[in-house]
Amino acid sequence: MHPQTDDRCERIRQLARLAGRSDARVPGGHVAFGHADVDAALGGGLGRGQLHELFAASADDPAGAAGFAAMLCQRLGGTCVWLREARAERRLQLFGPGLSAIGLDPAKLFLGVLPDADAVLRAGADVLRCPDVGVAVIELWRNPRNLGLTATRRFQLATEASGVTALLLRMEAEPSASAAATRWAVRSVASRALEGNAPGRPAFELELLKHRGGGRGRWRLEWDRESASFRDLERAALSGVVVSVPADRPLADVLPIRKAG
Amino acid sequence: MLVATERNARRLTAACPQAREQGLAPGMTPADALARVPGLCVDEADPAADTRLLLRLSDMALRWSPIVQPDPPDGLLIDISGCTHLFGGEDALAADATALLGRHLSVRHTIASTPSAAHALARFPVSAASEEQAIRCLPVAALGLPPEAETALRRAGLKLVGDLADRPTAPLSARFGKQAALALDRLLGRADHRLSPRRPLPALQFARRFAEPIAHVDSVLGAVDGLAMKAARVLEQRHQGGRSFAISLCRSDGEMRELALETGQPTRDPALLQRLLRERVEALSDPLDPGFGFDLIRFAVAATEPLESVQADLQARGKQGEALSALIDRLSVRHGRERIRRLLPVDSHVPERAVRSVPALDDGQAAAWPLPPPGEPPLRPICLLDPPEPIEVLAEVPDAPPRRFRWRGVSHIVTRAEGPERIAAPWWQKASEGRPTRDYYRVEDEAGRRFWLFRRGLHEREAGHPSWFIHGQFA
Repeated sequence: MHPQTDDRCERIRQLARLAGRSDARVPGGHVAFGHADVDAALGGGLGRGQLHELFAASADDPAGAAGFAAMLCQRLGGTCVWLREARAERRLQLFGPGLSAIGLDPAKLFLGVLPDADAVLRAGADVLRCPDVGVAVIELWRNPRNLGLTATRRFQLATEASGVTALLLRMEAEPSASAAATRWAVRSVASRALEGNAPGRPAFELELLKHRGGGRGRWRLEWDRESASFRDLERAALSGVVVSVPADRPLADVLPIRKAG
Repeated sequence: MLVATERNARRLTAACPQAREQGLAPGMTPADALARVPGLCVDEADPAADTRLLLRLSDMALRWSPIVQPDPPDGLLIDISGCTHLFGGEDALAADATALLGRHLSVRHTIASTPSAAHALARFPVSAASEEQAIRCLPVAALGLPPEAETALRRAGLKLVGDLADRPTAPLSARFGKQAALALDRLLGRADHRLSPRRPLPALQFARRFAEPIAHVDSVLGAVDGLAMKAARVLEQRHQGGRSFAISLCRSDGEMRELALETGQPTRDPALLQRLLRERVEALSDPLDPGFGFDLIRFAVAATEPLESVQADLQARGKQGEALSALIDRLSVRHGRERIRRLLPVDSHVPERAVRSVPALDDGQAAAWPLPPPGEPPLRPICLLDPPEPIEVLAEVPDAPPRRFRWRGVSHIVTRAEGPERIAAPWWQKASEGRPTRDYYRVEDEAGRRFWLFRRGLHEREAGHPSWFIHGQFA
């Protein structure tokens, strides 16, 4: 074929891709939450190689949103790079044993503690261009000046090219225009009590605020570390699931009375 | 004129040339000196500052050779073997050194075949045809012996090194001590005397000297690239790659600027080094100040590791993980190596010590994280408050979980709680030594937030009124 024609064909294909981007076609496939309703609303799950925005629904519950991001990292898999401001790390430091208690192996995590929001955004753009990264968590507090449609669009283009999934974690922030594929509000809710009225597994109220070409919704989920998936909080309470059965260990190890406390 | 207190007496320790002409010498009392020369300017000696200056000068001397040993109180020993061609010969190197150091200091230098000879000849200048004869003409004081041994030598009629040189060593060491014999052997080149360089020697070093100082940053970077290319060729022949690189930019006025680069994986790719170097220069908090220009650039490969040569991959796809380590290198160079970190587990029950955060570039075995107990909800919070923040708590004594607590001005009513999980100080540390027992509780408030609280001290056993703290937040 004539080289010029070849170029033109490529250009047309490129334009077609750009035009067709608003269709819910996700190049990297979906990662299911494990919760049927959420997955149905998302058309299969969270899109890999896309930008997702997670908001802490209340200002005094940053740990809930951080935990939810860590759980998504675990589900998405691969190396995780978590970028945050030094201010945030001084205030609430990410705790290795806590990550491991959620099921995310801290050995797979790189932590970038950067001086300010601009540095986080710049480093974020670098991380999203690296195809070896699985998930990049970009944690920003309040509403940084340079985080707008342009910055998020740049992120979104970088994730589509490299296949890295980006989680934009927003604390104490108000949603504004962005190019993210989905936008969520995360709030911790009362867990299902264990025996002795002990706090149970992490439980969240998850609100889908925006989904490109999809619906909205609000669900209550519970995170189960053993199966590394979410399940419905109310349904789990009805069915009385207390512990999930591990595949590699005898049941008797798991079922007896809790020793903690 | 400098004065210091020695053995409870004030003595002069140093005198300037003018003062020496007036007959003053170190060892006199200040009263004597003032009586001879009224209006004398006397200052307190500051040996610590002298040492600091000497160390700074020894860093500056890296310009001439990587092997520099400070020779307190007032000397520098520089091993210039193999370095002279860069400056066009020994004399040119010496001229360069005296010109640079001589701006603010008086300098004497000697080039000799052994460090001891150079040390002695620089302090006791003698004129002789050859180095060997010059050493023989040195006074015995040049041996640098303690005063008693020196006096003993003089009393024995041995005034010059030459008098001692031909005598057998055994009687000398029997009479004047082993030290005298060793000093003599070293001076005469019979015993080995090695310099211990102040800085570890780099595995490889390349330098380039310019006829005219260059000041433009781009030309400087270009010159470094050239040196990196040379280094890469040598590394390839040796099947090695560099892990850390040091670039010293020597200014024509003697100041030196050092840039360090580190990579997570051994490398010898000049293109990668060029990129990292540019990032490093861009990230400098104070920009590269060329002053009157740089006239010497050194490129040192400080640490090397084996790196087999690889055949160029025909399918341009890089190896898995290579892009990641390049990313970590780039972020570490751009934002600072301390800012890109990894978390390593530490075997400790004290929560804030159970994790160690290290720069991602550091070596270190990635130890496996202990697995959480199966079937349990998370027992450790995802976010830790360090240091723990004090809270006001309503709880039954002695060890019931909290009913409600107030943190940062907000009141929380506890609906679910579990505890205590008792974490005591290690047995070799007593609670009375400021490490009281902590009782941890996992609590959940009515809004569904989960916290990690602890009571510091056991009720009435370790503390009258134990205080409460919040240490973390669960997801």
